[in-house]
Amino acid sequence: MLLRHTPPEVLERTSLTVNPAKTCQPVGAMYAALGIHNCLPHSHGSQGCCAYHRSALTRHYKEPVMAATSSFTEGTSVFGGQANLLQALQTIFATYNPEIVAVHTTCLSETIGDDLGQIIAKARTDGKIPEGKHVFHASTPSYVGSHVTGFSNMVKAMTNYFAESTQETKSQINILPGWVEPSDMRELKSLAATLGVKVVLYPDTTNVLDQPLTGVHDFYPKGGATVEDLRSAGDSIATIALGPSTSTDAAGELKSKCNVPASVLELPIGLQATDRFIDTLRTIADVKVPESINDERGRLLDMMADMNQYVSGKRVALYGDPDQLVSLSEFLVCLGMKPSYVVTGTPAQDFETRMKTALGDEFCGAKIKRGQGADMYIMHQWIKNDSVDLLIGNTYGKYIARDENIPFVRHGFPILDRVGHSYFPTVGYAGAIRLLEKILGVIMDKQDRDAPEERFELTM
Amino acid sequence: MEQALQERQRQIYRKGEQPFQLDCDKQSASGSVSQRACVFCGSRVVLYPIADAIHIVHGPIGCAAYTWDIRGSLSSGPELHRLSFSTDLREMDVVMGGEKKLYAALIELIENYKPNAAFVYATCIVGIIGDDVDAICKRVNQEKGIPVLPVHSEGFKGTKKDGYTAACDAMFQLVGTAPVDDVPPISINILGDFNLAGEIWIIREYFEKMGVHVVSTITGDARVRDIQRSHGAALNLVQCSGSMSHLAKSMKERWGIPLKRVSYFGIEDMAQALYDTAEFFQDAAVKERTAALVHQELSGLLPQLDKYKNDLRGKSAAIYVGGAFKAFSLVRALRSLGMTTALVGSQTGNRDDYEQLREICDEGTIIVDDSNPLELASFLEEKNVDLFIGGVKERPIAYKLGVGFCDHNHERKEALAGFKGMLNFAREVHGTVMSPVWKLTPRQSRQKAKECAA
Repeated sequence: MLLRHTPPEVLERTSLTVNPAKTCQPVGAMYAALGIHNCLPHSHGSQGCCAYHRSALTRHYKEPVMAATSSFTEGTSVFGGQANLLQALQTIFATYNPEIVAVHTTCLSETIGDDLGQIIAKARTDGKIPEGKHVFHASTPSYVGSHVTGFSNMVKAMTNYFAESTQETKSQINILPGWVEPSDMRELKSLAATLGVKVVLYPDTTNVLDQPLTGVHDFYPKGGATVEDLRSAGDSIATIALGPSTSTDAAGELKSKCNVPASVLELPIGLQATDRFIDTLRTIADVKVPESINDERGRLLDMMADMNQYVSGKRVALYGDPDQLVSLSEFLVCLGMKPSYVVTGTPAQDFETRMKTALGDEFCGAKIKRGQGADMYIMHQWIKNDSVDLLIGNTYGKYIARDENIPFVRHGFPILDRVGHSYFPTVGYAGAIRLLEKILGVIMDKQDRDAPEERFELTM
Repeated sequence: MEQALQERQRQIYRKGEQPFQLDCDKQSASGSVSQRACVFCGSRVVLYPIADAIHIVHGPIGCAAYTWDIRGSLSSGPELHRLSFSTDLREMDVVMGGEKKLYAALIELIENYKPNAAFVYATCIVGIIGDDVDAICKRVNQEKGIPVLPVHSEGFKGTKKDGYTAACDAMFQLVGTAPVDDVPPISINILGDFNLAGEIWIIREYFEKMGVHVVSTITGDARVRDIQRSHGAALNLVQCSGSMSHLAKSMKERWGIPLKRVSYFGIEDMAQALYDTAEFFQDAAVKERTAALVHQELSGLLPQLDKYKNDLRGKSAAIYVGGAFKAFSLVRALRSLGMTTALVGSQTGNRDDYEQLREICDEGTIIVDDSNPLELASFLEEKNVDLFIGGVKERPIAYKLGVGFCDHNHERKEALAGFKGMLNFAREVHGTVMSPVWKLTPRQSRQKAKECAA
């Protein structure tokens, strides 16, 4: 057993993180920046940061991921990163010719105190940024928050840089999708289109990290929100910000800078959260929900009814990012399941409050931990003391699932050992159907696998 | 713009078209989409497989998260190396310093896991915030009685190669700290194999069959105690010279142990490694057993290779790997499958490596140092290759172009070393090159159209 060293006795750890349930800010910033068309993400730090983030995203999406780095050296740590960034911008525009460079910082550049705003302004004065090109930055110190914070900061930064109010309201609604998969973003756009609502969705990684095979390597894939999209977000009727941890800040920026009112919703994962999303969109756009969407909802509800006996009362451990965990928990509760352990390495202040809303009466029975020390190790210890029927989270759960023989549904970032998340959404009614199918699949597979011969049945 | 591109030109060479000159050992230009990593990455991958030690990353969480169980270095015993330990430095720690946290974390770890040693990786900001990692390591070593070794692997302090050196320096502190009375005279250390997919087990078995005792394997399936007594071996065999030369050289200086550069990839290089070792010991029985072993392995292998060779003859490949030394073996191994190499490059090769590559490559082969995805993609298209051999970041580029791919890096899942590995390699290359999927891709139809027009 790989995790044989994990004892069931829980001792207080003050300083040690074992098997984290998070990673650092810059990877989130890089993912968000990839959701802009013709944009090259740029990592202002050591070369390794950029290599790790690109590798992590490539492993998750099985797609090429392009990003540049300031390639810090020993001298940089003494004299600061200004020379590196100026050189970098020159190299980038000469060699890769993007329309936009989205710079994010790292622990090193933050610690040595580089002032990115000033350096980019200097680059502009020095003529290192060609006419009509854009360079903006997000501050993403790795020792604050988590990858989720990095995503949020980058979306806020792109909003701040691009969104403009021309005082002429456009008949469109902004959707900030939060950190979800390209498949989810595709589904959100498709739902809006079915409702007949024009939306501006950003960041948008569809056709960026789920590119079709075309026989060529597009350095800048055809997808991504365009500069025009991002600008016009300031003229939209309203913003629907999905995922409070990832989208609230950008929505606030749209409100304060362009006076676009915002509704912040939990991610539309599961029946009720999707209901709220559809209802908000319907209300703001003043449209009727078409029969096709009602039917899809009906099919989900039908499946939940058909299958209730297989999931009712099952205890679930889940870990990952706050936005996903809150909505997943709500869905599990409405299936009659019991989210028993919920862990996120992300220190989101409002997490308990949101979980309380999502869990309702089940809140008291659940162990919830966030931030420092909220890692996979503690979750495993809880499970060792009182096991669960289902585990939901990213690939790093596979050790626990194997050691403790627990059915395991992969969800979140990163998924390194399975495919599907790029193609099939988990948001919307269709997404909930897929989630439920996956949950049922693993639970029933285990039942079949473990059943003694006489109890192994054709129908279940 | 001109200048940037011209500078890149100096790191690209086309054999036969110009006198040989290739810039290497250079820092990547700021702003490049380099495939390279950093010092920490170098140290971490080298030390990672030491399975009965704890490896704690001192710094913010990212570096620990990204290197958690990412390399398939198998262990025949303990698996401490596959867990992720970090001090997860936060904003307050950056202000107040992280020494207390590191000390406490080490104590907690050692008490819980009872490791035989601890490696402490100092990442980017640790030096900047002024933590004295050496002093903490020394203190914990005295209190807990196990070696606690600082690894100075701040990412910005150079390239991945400098990380290898830092790792070697840390390990060298272990060498010579355990008795070696029971080490027989015909004995070796295997340096520079990381036991991906169990490769070191294959190699080790060959040496044992030859009658050569293996004292330590560094670092695939390594144990702290074996490294501590590795100075008792008569010879160091060094593969992946980029990562391990420094340790081998230090051992030569301090303990007078000679070293040989070897490679276990491909038929020729594998056989050569065994023969060279036998030759070194000048022992008739060992030599005899070696000849018999190679003969036996080859008579089993060659007929099996033929069936793959028939399909692969005339196909061409591109190679882009971390160290150049591996590239030599790959060029030869592909040749033994009837394939040619149209492009070969590495992240960290030096002048000698590239000179040697030039010698073994065919006319027209492109040799490249520290390349980027844009360049690689354009070379793949220009040379219309059938196979790309590289690592995680290269794989999707190959596939997008409709080219087969073989991971010869951390993510290989089949043992590719040894004679047995050569067969796996042939099977894997054959599988991907001959996949019917490529027939459906636009690249193939475009190529066909071109041929028809001609």
